Amino acid sequence: MFRMRVTFDGEEVVDVEPIFGYLHRGSEKLAESRTYTQVVTLTDRMDYVSSMTNNLSYILSVEQLAGIEPAPRGVWLRMIAAELQRIASHLVAAGFFFQDLGALGTPLILTMREREQILELFERLCGARITASYMRPGGVFMDAPEDFWPALNRFLDDMPAHVDQFEELVSGNEIVQARCDGVAVVDSQTLIDASVTGPMLRASGVDWDLRHRQPYEYYDRVTFNRPLATASDNYARFIVRIHEIRESLGIIRQCIEQIEPGPVRPETVPALIRPPVGDSYVGTECPKGELGFYLVSDGGVAPYRCKVRAPSFINLTLLREMLIGDKLADMFVTFGSIDINMGEVDR
Amino acid sequence: MPSPFDSILYKYVYCTLSSTGDAECVGNGLFGGGLLPGGLEWLAFLLTAVIMVAAIINGVLGGVLLMIWGERRLLGRFQGRTGPNRWGPFGLLTPVADAVKTMFKEDVVPTVSDRFVFTLAPILMLFPALLIYAVIPFGAGTWMADINVALLFIIAIGGANVLAILAASLGSGNRYAMFSAMRAVAMLISYEIPLVISLIGVLMLSGSLSLVDIVDAQTIPFFIVQPLGFFVFLIASMAELNRTPFDVAEAESEIVAGYMTDYSSMKFGLFFLAEFAATIATSGVITAVFLGGWHGFDPIPSQFWFVAKMVAVLTVIVWIRASWPRLRIDQIMNFAWKALFELTLINLVVSGVLLLIWPSPSTTELWYMAGINWVVFLVSVYIFGRVLGPKHDPVRSGNFQDVTLSNSDAPALPAGGRD
Repeated sequence: MFRMRVTFDGEEVVDVEPIFGYLHRGSEKLAESRTYTQVVTLTDRMDYVSSMTNNLSYILSVEQLAGIEPAPRGVWLRMIAAELQRIASHLVAAGFFFQDLGALGTPLILTMREREQILELFERLCGARITASYMRPGGVFMDAPEDFWPALNRFLDDMPAHVDQFEELVSGNEIVQARCDGVAVVDSQTLIDASVTGPMLRASGVDWDLRHRQPYEYYDRVTFNRPLATASDNYARFIVRIHEIRESLGIIRQCIEQIEPGPVRPETVPALIRPPVGDSYVGTECPKGELGFYLVSDGGVAPYRCKVRAPSFINLTLLREMLIGDKLADMFVTFGSIDINMGEVDR
Repeated sequence: MPSPFDSILYKYVYCTLSSTGDAECVGNGLFGGGLLPGGLEWLAFLLTAVIMVAAIINGVLGGVLLMIWGERRLLGRFQGRTGPNRWGPFGLLTPVADAVKTMFKEDVVPTVSDRFVFTLAPILMLFPALLIYAVIPFGAGTWMADINVALLFIIAIGGANVLAILAASLGSGNRYAMFSAMRAVAMLISYEIPLVISLIGVLMLSGSLSLVDIVDAQTIPFFIVQPLGFFVFLIASMAELNRTPFDVAEAESEIVAGYMTDYSSMKFGLFFLAEFAATIATSGVITAVFLGGWHGFDPIPSQFWFVAKMVAVLTVIVWIRASWPRLRIDQIMNFAWKALFELTLINLVVSGVLLLIWPSPSTTELWYMAGINWVVFLVSVYIFGRVLGPKHDPVRSGNFQDVTLSNSDAPALPAGGRD
């Protein structure tokens, strides 16, 4: 799906030419021929390991465009779903990071086991596991069933121990440290210049988290820390994600405390949304970085233009600089540490 | 010169066939012995050899199938899943199904390949792996040949798989295979050196290169007397076997399958077979040289003890495979030359000095040696770990040093972010 034409000198990488486009499905163009609600299903399929956060980003943009005020309970549910999805996505990233390091599936299976619990929660929440399509302009399409809350509490009770166990198992390993320390270091200014966002930027010590800097939803009503590393190497990028999982768990707990009964979606939102002429963009903090949908409306039922600012794609732009000079074996580890998703790169 | 009649296998098969009436044959042999007419001793000898080779090779192939099953089951357990359990009891027939599937696959030969070398390589790979079994003593009197240079034979034969990997890589004309060949040849040749030198301590203690003599010399297992030699040999043989964490030659997340990339059908099957056969053979060598071979206690037969120790070694190898990621090739080379090589030299010097003090050690003196060797082992490994290990260790220095949690109230940008 992603092709790199690499020139080697022995084991050393001399030049890299990334070639994308093998998974291009024209999502942005397809959005122009669908109603605003139907586009939600397209966003599921962009970054298919974090569909909830994709939904959220798109819905926020539509709400800004059409001036819809979301129902509070819907907002809390969206935040819970988005943070669960962040945990799931970081687990996938961590698992495949070790797969790229050459571990024989054991760390991957550990992380997949925890991700499975999240997928089961999603199944209770909306019936779908991967492509959720849970969110709608104004809230979510249905309230969480009664059995969701005890299951979520069980998950929140179990998860910290699992994360600790995983971190202890892999981060103390000397081979992991020998392979990851000081490999593919990028300084923060280069990252900022390339508009790289997300854990990759925070691993270089830049305190940039849109949930904190530019609060959307009710993120200004919850408190959380932003894990920052300074090393900006492969290990830092991995360990920042592990710490973000813990912070997300805290956010979900605060959401559960503050959520109140009520409608999950205001009755006033029409089935067929016709926003006024104009445009909108809301940047959201996705597991991989800043995801935003730039929507232009001509007053019709479908967006006139839908442009996606995909974090995977933009974080990949530094790939060449990061790989040159490293060994062949480090190529894949660095690639894994960026944590991209081809569905989002090519859209 | 050891007599071939020391081997029970040889004695029974030969005496069943030959009717010369050797002194050793009295009372041995099935059906009263002497099935062949007199004067055909040469034929009896030849047939005995063929029967023994057939028995050993079929035993090895059966062992390989069992090991494939055992490894997959164990890996499953390590990863919190069941492992294969569909075909036969406990999934025991899974490797048989795999073998049948492999045989029925299409045998693809790439057009850019050198057909002769391409076909030769898997055979070259399997050949040395099987030859090692000729000298492994599987129990008291249960061996094929007790040659007096057995250890030398094993080292010489074991080094031949470099040639097979090189042939496979160059023969298939594939870029991934090329990388694999560069890595494999560099690594295998480097690890030969600590592998050989780590055995010298054992040789000095036993005074013989014959595996049977080495097992007999072990009143206490040599891994207790020679800890440094044992651990270096274990690590170096894992590198020789291309097992994790030294599996750079077939690193599936980097270079597809390395030298096996272009192979399919039974040619691939032979590589697979050779790899597992070599693993079992190496565990047999480790058992014989370091773990006391067939020694155990009665009434459990010696063959059981040998196999049990082999299984223990194999379990450790699979365990390591399930737990560790892969090292980079430059780190592997550094490890061989900067750590293992020096450690074996230390072991050599210490063992030599100890043997000067106790020229023919009794069991008590062996225990003294073991004590001194363990101190040397722990101290030298600790020092080498400090000098060569990762400099920066977040776990040892308080785990969360790497990551700071920011909760400062940085000025929030206007919501929406648009002017």
